[in-house]
Amino acid sequence: MSVRVFVPRDTTALSLGADAVAARLEREARARGLALTLVRNGSRGAAWLEPLVEVETANGRLAFGPVIAEDIPGLLDAGLLDGDLLAGDTGHPLALGPTEALPWFARQQRLTFARIGLTDPLSIADYLAHDGYRGLETALTRTPQELVEEVKASGLRGRGGAAFPTGIKWQTVLDTPADQKYIVCNADEGDSGTFADRLAMECDPYLLIEGMTIAGLAVGATQGYIYLRSEYPLAKTILDAAIAHAEAAGYLGDDIRGSGHAFHLEVRLGAGAYICGEETSLLESLEGKRGLVRFKPPLPAIEGLFGRPTVVNNVLSLAAVPFILAEGAQAYADVGMGRSRGTLALQLAGNVKRGGLVELAFGASLRTLMEEFGGGTASGRPLRAVQVGGPLCAYLPESQWDLPLDYEAFAEVGAGVGHGGVVMFDDSVDMAEQARFSMEFCKTESCGKCTPCRIGSTRGVEVIDRIRAGENRAANLALLGELCETMEDGSLCAMGGMTPFPVRSALTHFPDDFRRPVEGD
Amino acid sequence: MTEPSSSTGFTLTLDGVEVSAYRGETLWQVAKRAGETIPHLCFKDASGYRADGNCRACMVEIEGERALAASCLREAAPGMVVKSADSERARTAREGVMELLLVDQPARDDSPDRSSHFWAMADQLAIDATAVRERLPTRRQGAVHHVAPREDSLTHAQGHDDSHSAMRVNLDACIECNLCVRACREVQVNDVIGLAHRGSASKIVFDFDDPMGDSTCVACGECVQACPTGALMPATLVDQAGHGDSAAADRRVDSVCPYCGVGCQLTYHIKDDEILFVEGRDGPSNANRLCVKGRFGYDYPRHPSRLTTPLIRKPRIAKGIDPAFDPANPLTHFREASWDEALDVAARGLVDLKAAHGPAALAGFGSAKCSNEEAWLFQKLVRTGFGSNHVDHCTRLCHASSVAALMECIGSGAVTASFMQASEADVVILTGCNPAVNHPVAATFFKQAAKRGTKILILDPRGQALDAYAHRSVRFSPGADVALFNAMLNVIITEGLYDEAYIAQHTEGFEALEAHVVDMTPEAMSGLCGVEPETIREVARLYATAERAMIFWGMGISQHTHGTDNARCLISLALACGQTGRPGTGLHPLRGQNNVQGASDAGLIPMVMPDYQPVSDAQVRAAFEELWNTPLDPEPGLTVVEIMDAIHAGTIKGMYIQGENPAMSDPDLEHARQALGELEHLVVQDLFVTETAQFADVILPASAWPEKDGSVTNTNRQVQLGRAALPLPGQAKPDWWIIQEIAKRFGLGWDYQHPRDVFAEMKRGMPSLDHISWERLEREQSVTYPCPAEDAPGADVVFSDAFPTASGRAKFSPTRPLPPDEPVDDAFPTVLTTGRQLEHWHTGSMTRRATVLDDLEPEAVASLAPGELARLGLAPGDALTITTRRGAITLRARIDPAMPEGMVFVPFCYGEAAANLLTNPALDPYGKIPEFKYAACRLSPADAA
Ligand SMILES: Cc1cc2nc3c(=O)[nH]c(=O)nc-3n(C[C@H](O)[C@H](O)[C@H](O)COP(=O)(O)O)c2cc1C
Ligand code: SF4
Ligand code: SF4
Ligand code: SF4
Ligand code: FES
Repeated sequence: MSVRVFVPRDTTALSLGADAVAARLEREARARGLALTLVRNGSRGAAWLEPLVEVETANGRLAFGPVIAEDIPGLLDAGLLDGDLLAGDTGHPLALGPTEALPWFARQQRLTFARIGLTDPLSIADYLAHDGYRGLETALTRTPQELVEEVKASGLRGRGGAAFPTGIKWQTVLDTPADQKYIVCNADEGDSGTFADRLAMECDPYLLIEGMTIAGLAVGATQGYIYLRSEYPLAKTILDAAIAHAEAAGYLGDDIRGSGHAFHLEVRLGAGAYICGEETSLLESLEGKRGLVRFKPPLPAIEGLFGRPTVVNNVLSLAAVPFILAEGAQAYADVGMGRSRGTLALQLAGNVKRGGLVELAFGASLRTLMEEFGGGTASGRPLRAVQVGGPLCAYLPESQWDLPLDYEAFAEVGAGVGHGGVVMFDDSVDMAEQARFSMEFCKTESCGKCTPCRIGSTRGVEVIDRIRAGENRAANLALLGELCETMEDGSLCAMGGMTPFPVRSALTHFPDDFRRPVEGD
Repeated sequence: MTEPSSSTGFTLTLDGVEVSAYRGETLWQVAKRAGETIPHLCFKDASGYRADGNCRACMVEIEGERALAASCLREAAPGMVVKSADSERARTAREGVMELLLVDQPARDDSPDRSSHFWAMADQLAIDATAVRERLPTRRQGAVHHVAPREDSLTHAQGHDDSHSAMRVNLDACIECNLCVRACREVQVNDVIGLAHRGSASKIVFDFDDPMGDSTCVACGECVQACPTGALMPATLVDQAGHGDSAAADRRVDSVCPYCGVGCQLTYHIKDDEILFVEGRDGPSNANRLCVKGRFGYDYPRHPSRLTTPLIRKPRIAKGIDPAFDPANPLTHFREASWDEALDVAARGLVDLKAAHGPAALAGFGSAKCSNEEAWLFQKLVRTGFGSNHVDHCTRLCHASSVAALMECIGSGAVTASFMQASEADVVILTGCNPAVNHPVAATFFKQAAKRGTKILILDPRGQALDAYAHRSVRFSPGADVALFNAMLNVIITEGLYDEAYIAQHTEGFEALEAHVVDMTPEAMSGLCGVEPETIREVARLYATAERAMIFWGMGISQHTHGTDNARCLISLALACGQTGRPGTGLHPLRGQNNVQGASDAGLIPMVMPDYQPVSDAQVRAAFEELWNTPLDPEPGLTVVEIMDAIHAGTIKGMYIQGENPAMSDPDLEHARQALGELEHLVVQDLFVTETAQFADVILPASAWPEKDGSVTNTNRQVQLGRAALPLPGQAKPDWWIIQEIAKRFGLGWDYQHPRDVFAEMKRGMPSLDHISWERLEREQSVTYPCPAEDAPGADVVFSDAFPTASGRAKFSPTRPLPPDEPVDDAFPTVLTTGRQLEHWHTGSMTRRATVLDDLEPEAVASLAPGELARLGLAPGDALTITTRRGAITLRARIDPAMPEGMVFVPFCYGEAAANLLTNPALDPYGKIPEFKYAACRLSPADAA
C-alpha cells in the first residue's frame, strides 16, 4: 500500500521551498522503489514549521518540519514512509510527532480554520469528506430571514477591522428591495502582518465559496465578487479553479443543488492600493473606477456596488458562516467573551520565533499569545512593543499585554483588534521611527481624497522628523497633537481618522524614543 | 441639489435654534437658508455640481454622532441637533483643514488668484497666514510643493503649465478639491481632467498627464470657472510671474453670448472698459456653462481691424475681393467720411434707385447676429421705406426648410420643446446635427442625459464626439435621409407601433401617409440609405416605443434640396408616435445664430410679416399698415439666393446689408460675388470690412454685441437681454441707430431713443411677445414665449392640446426619396459637405479675430477619413485641392476617423479657402435653402491639381 505524504502548497510553504521538497520526495522514493501518494494539501498555518511535511499513519498524521529538499534522503533513510515513525523514536531532528498533538496546534480552537492543511484544497470530495457544505445544506432549507437570524444569534462581528455585527448588515441588505443585490468579499488583506485571509482562500477555498453562497441566499443576492489583492496570484489560481469545480458540481450557478436558487461568483483583482481594502473604495475599484473612498451614508448595504444593496464582508467573516449554519449559532456564540463571540484568527508576525496562524476564542491575553505561541522574539532579544490590528491601530507596551483579546477591552485603551494581525518588536525598535512610519504609510496609501489625511499625514511625517531631530521639540509635539486631532476629526474614513492611533500610542507609551538623537543628524 | 418642496418640510436644531429643512437638503443648504455660510472649498454652490465632501472645511457636529460630518454632503434629517458656529470641535477641524491647505499654497501675493474663493474662506475663518506658515513650515520652503511627482511629470517647472492659450495651470495652488474633475466629467461631460497617482502624490492631470494645450481639452473653461484656488485661471488674469487676481474687474455686466442659438447667459468682467474675462451665468439654457467661443472669444470687438469710422469707396476703385486688401488698413480702397456724409451717400444711392426703378430695385439683408429690435427695425425699413418685401437673412441658409415644413405641418416654425427637455426623455434622436461642435452647451445636456440613461440615437453620415455617449450611432449614406426616415415610418406603421389615440385626436392625413410608406420597407430603402434593415427596425422601435422621445436636428437635415422633405419626415415620425406636447417629447431644430429665432420672429423673412403672418394675407397687411401707418406691398419678397439671381437679372440694383456676409456664406460664391459687384449701390453695415464689404459703396461702422442693449431669442424660444458692456470704439454706432438714420433719410419719421422703445412697438405687432415686457426681461433675464401671463413662466413645451393650425390638428406630409441635386459621378466622385467648427463661428469674421479662437484653429483645413487620405497619398497637414464644377480651393488635409470614406468636410469660415466657392446653389423648392451639405467634388494633392 502506498503511503500518503502531505506537502503543502500555499504561498508560505512554496516560498520556503515546498515544491522542491515535493519533487525531491517523489524522485527519491521512485529511486528507492518506495510507494508513495503525494498530496499537495494546504498549510496548517504554522509558518515557523513550513514546509511541514506530514505522513499518514494508522495513528494519524505525523509531522516533520521545517523540511527542505536536502533533508529528504535523510528522512527516507530514517524511515519516513515506514508508518511507525514517531517523534524522538528515530531521533531524526525534524520529526515532530503526531501533528494534532503538537501543543501549538492542540491549544488552538479552530472553528473557521478547522480544515486547513487537512485536505487537498481543490478537492470537493475532500471538502465534503471533512464536513464541507453542511452549512449550505442547512441553509437551503431555511428562509432568508431565518438565515439572517442565525448569523445575528451567533454574535459574529466583521473580521475586516470594524467589527460591525454581520447579521445586522445582512438584515439591511435583505430589507432593501432591489432588482439586483451583491455579495462582495473583501479579500484585499492589506494590513501589515496579516495572512489569515490568504490561508483561508488558498487552503480551504470552498469554505469561502460556501460562506458567500449562504450570504447570497440570506439576502437575495445572485452575484458575488471576491475582490482579491493582486499580490495573491496563487489565491487567484486556486479560487478560480475552485469556482469552476463548484459550478461543475452544481454548488454555484443558476440552480444550486437543485434548489432553484442562483448564485454566481467571480474573482476580481485589485491594483495594489491599501485603501482599496476600505469597503467603499473597494466598491469604486470594483466598478472600474479610481479607488476613492465614498461618503457614507448611503451605506453600501443600501447603495453599494453599482448603486445596489451590497454585503461587503471580510473573508473571515464569510468563512465563519458555514460553521454557524452547520453547528448552529449557539455553538459559535458559546465561544468567546463579552460582546466578542466566536474565535479570532490571530496572525503572529514581525519579530517572532514561532509565527503563523493562531485561532483562539476571544479572551486570551496578548502575552499568552506572544509567549506561549510565539515563543518570544526571533532575535531572542526582549519584546518591547506589539502592534495589533494593522497599520491604523495602536502599538501596545508591556503594560497592556495582559489585556484580553476582546474588541471592547482593546477599544477602551485606544487600541484595536482589527483583522488580528500581531506584529512584534524587540527592544531594538525605535518607536519614534515607527510613529513616523505610520504617518508615512498614511501619506503614501491615503486615497488622496480628503485634506486631513492627504496633507495632514505629509505634514505629520515632517513634524515627527523635526521632533526626532530635536528641533523645537515642545512646540512640534503640540503641533503633532493638533495634526492628529485634525486627522481624527476631519477625515472621511478610518485611514486618516485612525492613523493618529499608532502615532499617539507611540508618543504616550514610548516618549523617550522621541528624545533620542537620530543618527546622521 | 433639488429645490425644497414645501410639502416635505421638517425642523431641526442648528446652533440651538430651530430651523426649517426639506427632504433632500444638506445641512450646508439648511444653514445657508438660515443665514450662515459654512466654510466650503470642494463644494460649489451651483447647479450641476455634486458635493464630494473631500476638503473637510465644512465640518459640523451632530449630536449623538462620534465623528464630525461634512455639512455639504450630509442630508438633513428631522430632529437632528447640529452644532456649526457653536461647535468648538467643528471650528478647530475647519481651521485645521484650512491651515493644512494654506501652508501648501503659494503666499497670497504670489498666488495665481489673490481673490480666490480659497482666500475668501481663509478670511472668513480669520486664519493668520503668516502665523500658520511659521508654525507649520513645509519641508522645502520657497518651492512650495506637497507633491513630489508633480515637477517630474509636468514638462513645466513647478507645476506651471502655460501650454494653452486660454488658460493657465499652476498646480502649486491646487488643493485637490476635485471640482475641476467634476466640472469636466460631470458638468460639461468632456472627460479630459482626472486625478492621478495616490495619496499625497495625487494630482490633477489632463488626459494622460499631457500639457493642457496638447490634451483633448475643448476649452469650455468650466474647470477654470469651478476652481476655487486659481490653480486653473483664465490666461488673461495671470501675469508673467504667475500672479493674478480674479477681482481685478471694476465692473461686471450680465449679458448673453453673441455666438450660437443656445443663448448662454454670461457675465463680462470689465476693467478700464476692456473685458478681462467671461463667466457663465445661471441661464435656463446654460446653467452657468459656456463653450470656448462664449468664454474665450470675446476680444474681437477690439481687433485692430475693427471699423471705427464710416467709409466711402474711393473713386475708380473696382469692387471685388482684392487679395492685396488688408481689412486693418482699408484706406487703400476707401476714404473716411463723417457720419452725416456717409449716411447721406448711403441713403441717397438707395433713394435714387427707388425713384428711378421702383421699390423692387432695392433689397436688404438683415442679421441674425443683431438684436430683435434691430431685426424689427430693419424689416420695417425695407417694407415701409424701400417699399418691397425683399428682406431676408441667413435663416434662409440654415433652417428655412425646417421652418417651411414646421409651418406646413404644425403651424409654427419654432421648437416645440426646449433642449433641456432631453433630460426628461427616454430616447433622443440627434440627426444632421453635431451639437458638441455647433451647440456645445446644448450637447452637455445631451451627454448628461445619456449618463443618466437616456438612449441617444445618432443618425448621421459623419461620426461625431457624441457617438461616445450614444446608444446607437447609425451612419447613413449622405443625402439619403428621406429613405431612412421613410423606412422608419414603414416599420412603425407595419409593426403597429404608432400612437392611435394621439393620431386620432391631434392629426390629419395619417391614412395617406400609411398608404404612402407601404412599399418603403427597410429592405427596400436599405440600399439607398446604406443602413441594415435590422438597424432601421431597431431605431424605429426604440423611438416609437419610448415613453418620451425627442428629435433634434441641424443643418445636415435642412441644407439639402430635399431639406423640407427631411423635416417633414421627422415631423411625421413624432406625430405618428405621439412624441410631442409632453415633457421629454418634441421636435427641435437646433437654431444656429444667436438670434436666428428672434430675427425670424421679428420678420426678417420675405414672405411673412413678424410672427410668421403671411404678407399675402390682406388682414395681416391691414394690421401692419395701421401699426406703421404706411401702405405695404402685397407681394412676398425674394429670398437670399433669389436676390442674387435678381441682381444678375438686373432687377435688383441696390442693397443694404447689415451684419451679413453673403460673399462668404452664399453657395457658389463666384456667382454671388459677381452679383454683389454688379450692384449699382451697396451699403454694408458691419464691424469689419468683411468680404461683402469689399463690394460696398459705403461702409457703416456698427456695434458689436457687447456694445449695445437689445433682446435676443435663442433656440429654446427664450427671450433674453444683451446689455452694453463696452463703449463703442471710435465713431461706431449701435445698429438700431444707424438703421433709424437711414430710415429718416427715406422720409420715415422714426424717433426711437432706446431699443426698449422698439420692443414696445414690437409687442403691438407680435402676439408671441404677450406678457413679456422689457422690464420683465430686465428682472427675470429670460422669459420663454409663448407666455400665459405676466407672472407665469413661459411654456417650455408647447402644443399639448392643439396645434396652431386652422383645424387645430397637425398634418402628415408624405415624402419620396430624391437624389441630391448633384450626385457624385466619375469626374467628381467625392461628396463635399460643409459646416462649422467648434472654435469658429460662421464666416469667421468675429472668431478669426478673437485671439484664443484663432490660436486654437488658425488655418483652413479639410477633414478626411484616414483611408481617403491614404488613397490620395497625403499625410495629415499636406495641402489638398478640392475642385467642384464651380471652383477649386487648396487647404490642409486633416485626418478625421469620424469621416466616412468618399466624403470631405470643409468649414466655411476661411476666406483664404472659401468652401462656398465650391458649393451647389441648387435650392430646396419650399424653403429655398441651398444644398450646402452635398456637392460632387474631386480631391487631389495640391501640387498635382
Ligand atoms: C484603510 C482601510 C483599509 C481596510 N482594509 C481592509 C482589508 O484589507 N480587508 C478587509 O476585510 N477590510 C478592510 N477594511 C475594512 C472595510 O472597510 C470593511 O469594514 C470590511 O470589509 C467589512 O467587512 P466585515 O464587516 O466583514 O469586517 C479596511 C478599512 C479601512 C479604513
Ligand atoms: S481619510 Fe484618507 S483614505 Fe480616507 S477618504 Fe480621506 S483621504 Fe481617503
Ligand atoms: S485645479 Fe482647482 S478645481 Fe482642480 S482640484 Fe485643484 S484646486 Fe480643485
Ligand atoms: S457659442 Fe453657443 S454654446 Fe457656446 S457659449 Fe455661446 S451660446 Fe453657449
Ligand atoms: S465643502 Fe464640504 S467637504 Fe469640502
